[in-house]
Amino acid sequence: MVENRPWANFFAHLTLMLGVAVVVFPVYVALVASTQAPGDLLRGTLPMLPGAHGIENFTRMWQSGVSNAGAPPAGTMLWNSFIMAMAITVGKLSISLLSAFAIVYFRFRFRMFFFWLIFITLMLPVEVRIIPTFQVVADLNMLNSFAGLSIPLIASATATFLFRQFFMTIPEEMLEAARVDGAGPLKFFKDILMPLSITNIAALFVIMFIYGWNQYLWPLLITTDPDYYTIVMGIQRMTSEENPQWHLIMAAVVMAALPPVLVILFMQRLFVKGLTETEK
Amino acid sequence: MASITLEGLKKTYAGNVAAVKGVDLHIQDGEFVVLVGPSGCGKSTLLRMVAGLESITEGTLKIGERVVNQLEPAERDIAMVFQNYALYPHMTVYNNLAYGLKNRGFKKDDIDQRVRTAAKMLEIEDFLERKPRKLSGGQRQRVAMGRALVREPAAFLFDEPLSNLDAKLRVQMRVEIKQLQRRLKTTSLYVTHDQLEAMTLGDRLVVLNAGQIEQVGTPMEIYARPATMFVAEFIGSPAMNMLPLDYLAQQDTQGVLSQLPKETDTVGIRPDDMQLAPPAAPYITLNATLMLFEAAGAESHLYLNLAGSDQPTVVRTAGQPPVSEGETLQVYVTSDALHPFNSTTGKRTAH
Repeated sequence: MVENRPWANFFAHLTLMLGVAVVVFPVYVALVASTQAPGDLLRGTLPMLPGAHGIENFTRMWQSGVSNAGAPPAGTMLWNSFIMAMAITVGKLSISLLSAFAIVYFRFRFRMFFFWLIFITLMLPVEVRIIPTFQVVADLNMLNSFAGLSIPLIASATATFLFRQFFMTIPEEMLEAARVDGAGPLKFFKDILMPLSITNIAALFVIMFIYGWNQYLWPLLITTDPDYYTIVMGIQRMTSEENPQWHLIMAAVVMAALPPVLVILFMQRLFVKGLTETEK
Repeated sequence: MASITLEGLKKTYAGNVAAVKGVDLHIQDGEFVVLVGPSGCGKSTLLRMVAGLESITEGTLKIGERVVNQLEPAERDIAMVFQNYALYPHMTVYNNLAYGLKNRGFKKDDIDQRVRTAAKMLEIEDFLERKPRKLSGGQRQRVAMGRALVREPAAFLFDEPLSNLDAKLRVQMRVEIKQLQRRLKTTSLYVTHDQLEAMTLGDRLVVLNAGQIEQVGTPMEIYARPATMFVAEFIGSPAMNMLPLDYLAQQDTQGVLSQLPKETDTVGIRPDDMQLAPPAAPYITLNATLMLFEAAGAESHLYLNLAGSDQPTVVRTAGQPPVSEGETLQVYVTSDALHPFNSTTGKRTAH
């Protein structure tokens, strides 16, 4: 913008600040609440300034959890969530990269049929197919395991579709040049397609990781062993207790919010770099 | 280095669309052959069939003594320069050049030496560590050539490599490609729709139309003796004027047309061969009105309306004649300027 109108500037900034405040306030409350003593949050007025019990609350939540509410130590739950989210993310990315590669670059029979088959599953979220999926996972003895937590969530039509669209924008000459250069299909995939898709991979990584991290219903269904509880369902369990210990819950919430933030911060560099170095 | 032989090469797409309808051609070792034709004539398809990017429906393709119909592009020992260069955007120029060699299992030192030699030849040494997007069009073009060069293949295939460059650069690269090919003596097949590019680059020209060869010959042969009306009108700029024989006969008072074979019904005359001053040899005089005058510096183009004919006619003449638009003038044609054709067969009727 080359205009210089002080009032417009002022209002623009005011709007932005209000927006930020609306978004940031709940996070601030969670942070403040996680530093209070056990009774402080039950007095009716929410303290607005950090208390003195932060370290104590976090240590307690991290090391021992709230066992009477069925919440194991946050450390375990965070680790479980992380494994599950990573497995889902990496699994989704590799499967959808490969299937998009197949659909775009290979001429096999029923190609379009398979594409539409994948595409149709977009319309079936986990919740719709949760009963049959549970049955399958139970029959395969995958209840209470990381495999059971992640594998059923790996297949992804969304990512396949996005990669397909991206691959179709890569000029065909690129493939032809690679063929003349003696690159077979897998070499082409590894040396040309993957590096070109790196920004898409980064963006999808973030989305998929958060999707996996926030899974609630599925882990709740298939885990009965506290060793496999994830942080999101742990938090839910603590809140449904008779006397919820809000200071500990908030400590868990803050910890649960950190990994997605870190993933975004780390991946952002990759895809911002990708965006600024736009390739033709 | 090898010859390339095309025997009855055909390409038919699904739905019985014939793109290439039987092409026979022998390209000698070290020869520079240009495939030229209007868009959609099948020239690119033909090149891609030689490259192995397009399957061959019928016929035999030999590179050297080897029949390569079924071989992958990489196994045919050819290198190709694409119209949009198709450089790998995420690799440095060095790696773009080295990629094909790496895939073929060359040793590191060998790759390095070849890349540096090619880079030196094309004067792209300074950009070896840059990515293609930081290069200008001309530099990308050089890199694309370099990628072909490093492999020292049996043949170079060029698919309209200069059409994305601006006019000045195009002329410069044209000269460089020609010099490079002379120096390396690598068999080359070059596709273009630009007849000037074709004329200046090729040892031999192959004029294609609608999937078939119209004429094969050296550029001057084709220019001087176009075998069909299509070639006559396609090669040369401005295009050859085509006049009905009957019309010319009405103006022929000196017997200029008497030597023409009797199946002739159309006569082609190059814009350069129409003179504004009466020549010494017997001639036909044509009365015309000047519709438009184009001065192009060293030469001028005169767009004429011939009296008693609706055929637009162009005359090219050196310098700037003292004429003005709307004025009537006479143009003169001698017998050696005539290219006799039969419009039914489209073929030339005499040598």
